[in-house]
Amino acid sequence: MTKADIIERVAEQCGITKKDSVDMVESVFSIIKSTLESGEEIKVSGFGKFEVREKHERRGRNPQTGEAIIIEARRILSFKPSTILKESLNGK
Amino acid sequence: MTKSELVDKLAEKNGSLTRKESETIVNLIFDSMGDALRCGEKVEIRGFGSFTVRERGAREARNPKSGEIVDIPAKKVPFFKTGKELRERVDAA
Repeated sequence: MTKADIIERVAEQCGITKKDSVDMVESVFSIIKSTLESGEEIKVSGFGKFEVREKHERRGRNPQTGEAIIIEARRILSFKPSTILKESLNGK
Repeated sequence: MTKSELVDKLAEKNGSLTRKESETIVNLIFDSMGDALRCGEKVEIRGFGSFTVRERGAREARNPKSGEIVDIPAKKVPFFKTGKELRERVDAA
């Protein structure tokens, strides 16, 4: 499934034009992205939580060459699926 | 930001939209992605990320309180991989 499939479903089920649907779906993802970019989390009940986490600098190794490297401190996005979503994947 | 705040924000940005319509759209987006995952299908949103279903094998674990060994059956878990654009934006901020 891609964004195009979601756009189609939204247009169909909301009775709006494809063009309006494109704007709405793009708008939703754009709000989500800028919210996360600002460091704020996104919580969607029944789906899951997107959260920005700070990672400390750590020593790592290039798995290909075995060379020791320093992995710099960075911010990453983590997704924690809701219990409802997890259970629904397992037929509960 | 919760789903309900996301609904408000979408309605705010699109003046022609009622709150109810905005809610329907936001729900449809997450329902569509959930449905695809329930079918074992991959969801790929360019610039945002992709969701896949990963299989976890059955394993034995221990109840940390009682020390009792328990069997954990195989299960499916949703997995999210952040897209390049979002990964860079989150880290740059």
